Formats: sequence, C-alpha cells, structure tokens
Amino acid sequence: MASLKIKNLHKSYSSVEVLKGIDLEIEDGGFLVLVGPSGCGKSTLLNTIAGLEDITSGEILIGGNSVAGLHPSKRDIAMVFQSYALYPNMTVAQNISFGMDIRGIDKAEQKKAIDNVSSILQIGELLDRKPSQLSGGQRQRVAMGRALVRDPQVFLFDEPLSNLDAKLRVDMRTEIKRLHARMGTTIVYVTHDQIEALTLATKIAVLKDGILQQFGTPDEVYNDPKNVFVATFMGSPSMNLIEATVADKGKNLVIEIASTDAGKIELPVKNIASLKDYIGKKVLFGIRPEALTDREGADRTSKQIAHHDCMIEVVEPAGSDTFAVVNLGGKEAIARLRADAKIVAGEHASLAFNMSKAVFFDPETTQRIR
Amino acid sequence: MTRAISQDNAVSSSRMTRALIYAVLLVFIFYYLLPLYVMVANSFKPLDEIRGGDLMALPKDWTIAPWASAWSSAQIGVEPTGLKPYFINSILIVVPAVTLSTIFGALNGYVLTKWRFKGDGLVFGMMLLSCFIPFQIVLIPGAKVLGFLGLAGTIEGLVLIHFAAGIGFSTLFFRNYYAAFPTELVKAAQIDGATFFQIFWRILLPSSAPIIVVTVIWQFTNQWNDFLFGASFSGFGSTPMTVALNNLVNSSTGVKEYNVHFAGAILAALPTLLVYIVAGKYFVRGLMAGAVKG
Repeated sequence: MASLKIKNLHKSYSSVEVLKGIDLEIEDGGFLVLVGPSGCGKSTLLNTIAGLEDITSGEILIGGNSVAGLHPSKRDIAMVFQSYALYPNMTVAQNISFGMDIRGIDKAEQKKAIDNVSSILQIGELLDRKPSQLSGGQRQRVAMGRALVRDPQVFLFDEPLSNLDAKLRVDMRTEIKRLHARMGTTIVYVTHDQIEALTLATKIAVLKDGILQQFGTPDEVYNDPKNVFVATFMGSPSMNLIEATVADKGKNLVIEIASTDAGKIELPVKNIASLKDYIGKKVLFGIRPEALTDREGADRTSKQIAHHDCMIEVVEPAGSDTFAVVNLGGKEAIARLRADAKIVAGEHASLAFNMSKAVFFDPETTQRIR
Repeated sequence: MTRAISQDNAVSSSRMTRALIYAVLLVFIFYYLLPLYVMVANSFKPLDEIRGGDLMALPKDWTIAPWASAWSSAQIGVEPTGLKPYFINSILIVVPAVTLSTIFGALNGYVLTKWRFKGDGLVFGMMLLSCFIPFQIVLIPGAKVLGFLGLAGTIEGLVLIHFAAGIGFSTLFFRNYYAAFPTELVKAAQIDGATFFQIFWRILLPSSAPIIVVTVIWQFTNQWNDFLFGASFSGFGSTPMTVALNNLVNSSTGVKEYNVHFAGAILAALPTLLVYIVAGKYFVRGLMAGAVKG
C-alpha cells in the first residue's frame, strides 16, 4: 500500500498534447477515480502511471519514490483492463499465476496464492476453465484475481465495468467497493460513468481535453463544481443551467429569469460575495433537478427555499421519483418531484427552489462565481 | 390449399437448382481431375502400351517399374540416379527455409503490431513491396550476394534465397493476424513482468495456429514448386526436385519414357498435395481470420 502523487505531468504524441500538466495526489488506501468524456486523456494518464506509456515531462511518485524509467513490472502495481485481457490459451489458474511463473516462484507457493485469491473472489470452481468458457462477470472476477494475487502497492482499473450489462455492473461496483474496504489498497480507477465515480471514489479527478477540471471529494465535485463542464458532467439528469440576470433588491441580491408566461421569475440569492460584480449582467444559474421540486418534497433542512409557479410541460413518472420538464427562461429544466406529487402536464404548479444548493457561473469564462 | 401448392413449387424449384449446381460441379470435377487421371493411369503402363495408342485407357498390364525407375534409376542429365537425391535436396532446402521464413515472419508481425516504432509503416510497406517484385529482377543481385557469402551453388545458399523471398508474405500474414490480437494482452503480460520473447512465446504463439498453418502451406508450396531459383542458383550437389524433373523429361538419350515422366511428375507434386490434404481446412480458416479482422 502506498500513496500516489503526480506532479505537473505532460504527455504528447508527436505534436498532439494529450495531458497538459496534471497534478494529483491520493493518500495511502484512497480510491481515486479519473472521470471524463472519451478522449479526455484519462486512460492515457492511467497508462503512464502503469508505465505502459512514457511521459513527456513531470513526475510520478508511488509511495514517495519516483517511478521514472521503471518497467511496468517493477512499479509494484496491478492493472485490470477494460477487455479483461485474460490470456486466451491459459486456464483461469494459469492466468492468475502467470506473473508468479515469470518471476520463478515455486509451484507450492503459487498454489497457495491462487487458492487464497479464488476464495476471496469465489472463483474456485472456475480454476480449470479457459477464459472463453466464462461469462462476462466471471471474466471480470478472474481479471481482478490476477491483479489481487500480485498484492501490489496500487491497483489500476481501466473502465473495468463498461463491458458488463447494467445489472451486473451495479453488482460488480458494490463488489469492488467491498474489496477496497477489505484490502485497503490504493486504487486508481478510470471510468466515463459519473455514477461509478461518485459511488466508488474517495477522490474524483474530472478531466477534459487533457486538463484537470476539478480534483476533490465526490461531495465537492457534485455540490461545489468549479465550472460549467464539471457541473453538467457529474450527476444524472444533469444540472439545469439557466440564463438569468442579477439585480440588486435592497438588502438581498436577486436573479431574474425571463419567463414566457408569468413575466419573470425572481429568486433571492444569499452569501455569494462575487455576485455583486454581476449586477445588471447575465449569469448562468445552475440548479440540480433534486433542488427543484414540489413544495412538499423540498428539503426541510435548507435555510433558503423559494417558491414559484412554473409551467409543467412534460411529466415523466420514474417509479421512485417523478421528473417534470419545466420551461425556465426559454430553456427546458428538469425538476425531480416526489413520486406521488400532484402535477399535470400543461398546467402550472408551484415549485420549490432550494437556493442554498444553487450555483452560478460566468457565461463567458464558464467559471464558477463564488 | 394455396399454401400447400406454393410449397410444392418451392421444393421442386430448389431441387432443380440443386441438380443444376451438382451438374456444373461434376463437370468441373471431371475437367480438373482429367489430367491427374491421365498421369496416374499412364504411370502404371509399360511404355509399349502408351505408344500403342490410347492415353485415356486404364493400363491392361499394371506395372510399378516406371515409378521405381523415376525414383531411383532414371537418367537425370548425365547420371542415372533417378529423382531420389534431388527429392532429398528439395527437402533439405525447403524445410529450413519454410521454418525460418515462418519464424521471422511471426517475429516481424509481432514487432510491427505490438512494439510500434517510428517508421514502422514504412518498414512494413517495403516488406510488402518484396511480395510483388518479380523474382527475375533479383536473380543477378541474388547471385552477387551468394557469391560474396561463398554460398553459390550450395543448399545453404538456396535456403537463404528462399527465406529472403518468402519473408515478405509471411510478415504480411502474421502482421494482419496480430493486428487483430488485443494489445491489452501484451500490456497485461508486461505488467506481469514477461519479457519481449516470453510474451511472444507464451501469449501470442499459442494463439497463432491458424496463421502458422497458412504461412507454412503458402511457403512450402511456393518453395517446393520453385524452378527459377533452383535453376539459377543450384550446383551439382544442390539441384532441387523441380529442376531434376525438367532434366529427366528433357534427357534426349534414346526414347521418351512417358510413363517414367508421368511417375516423376507425380512424385514431384506429392509433398504439396500431402500438405494440402493434411492442413487444407486450416488454410481457409486462417485466411479468413486474417482477412476479416485484419
């Protein structure tokens, strides 16, 4: 077990720069998730940590020691690949013991390690099978077994669940989290699925175009996004972003949203110091669907709830919740209501805006206004 | 009612098509097998019977004397040795050349797909080019190189020439096959600590059976049937089967022993035939694997 530190990492393929100065740090036993859309450089970053790709400049420290120039097998890491990368010509047991075989560890010790890992992952009865005879979930387990048996300082996971069907993905997600709790080994995990990121991570790094957008705990990334990209990328359905104008109403600032039917919607804003600079100007008002709900569903612990009548355009019952599409400022916004909220499409309903959860962005720079 | 009628029609029309297909196939089988029949039938006849007239008839008087003669006593050039020593020469040339060109083709394919380097595309392009160069062009440079290495007229020299001529195609086969081989497996093996050759030997090669069969068949057929290099570069002790067969047929002492010539020609073709029969089904399978995924 060890901490991982990445300092000002740059990586270029000839003239194309794919990682533009990444700084990250994860403590011993932490679970770091690298998340971002495809092509953001997250898998490249993982490969540079593994040593499968060279870096252009910067530094990677595992357990405080630089791994520059070290062969992947010497970095004391183990990796689980998206395609599982099980050796097709070997049995499950041979797959798991291949690394030990290469290092010349004797058979009895190999056997002990295989038994240990297969009992953790419950793959004992699969040991004599070939990978082609396994289901997706079983292959996933074997791939994890091959990583576990190395007992590494850091585990690297490259989108390990993206080839599984939806139900199995949720099961394996829980399993990985349980495994992490049990082993306590540092994990770096790449995914494009923001739900996976939020559920698994102790720290999330959001990447886009090779630039680190935000690095923080799941709570920080979700509730305190640094810019529009992070705000919309994390969370599903994604955050509503509505153009609004800031106005000064005596002791409080308010934002005004132009509404098609009811003139304009006015919402009070507190405790956001820099918003003063935007009086009379446009800002992007961000509110998550769960902070925009029916009166009865509003968060009672919130200190700042504003109510407003809105036109409900579409109602989408989803069993546990009801989603409503609302027209706010000419843009569609999604509200998340209680399942049995009494609303009807095409009619007005009073919605509660939890303004303590509201965030604001500069429309030009897309950066957060604090 | 109507359905029953239409079904009847469907069956009978498909029977008609089927009959037609079989008829055409039978014609082609006859067409392709006729020369083989002529060769086999006449190789078992005494010479008198052939000169007596009907090439198409079965032998009246079966004899294996022509085969024995072709194998061990027929006049090849000036020596009455039969084809036997030349058959052995061919094996001594082709087996190492096929082995070497397959091994190096596999290594080239492995490097060109899994250990990419700057300019690898260019290297592959040049190797491809070697597939399409007419071999006549390389005769004189080939002779120069063999002379320089002191291998002119030797078995080793012919092995080298066939190896060099074959490596383009074997590289192409293996490169296309390995292009479809998941690179993540190589990465996983690297993390497991396997070296360059361990990855090749323990991960890639065990999964390469179909393409190895394709390459071996291809190389064996080409090299066994080669006449140009054999005629150009062989000496007295290294003449391959094909050249010897030519000498047998063209020996101008006495009468033309057609029955011996037929037997000799079949002997010369036998090894390739054998390779196709043994490994033929893998050939198609391997070609498809390379073609579809590559």
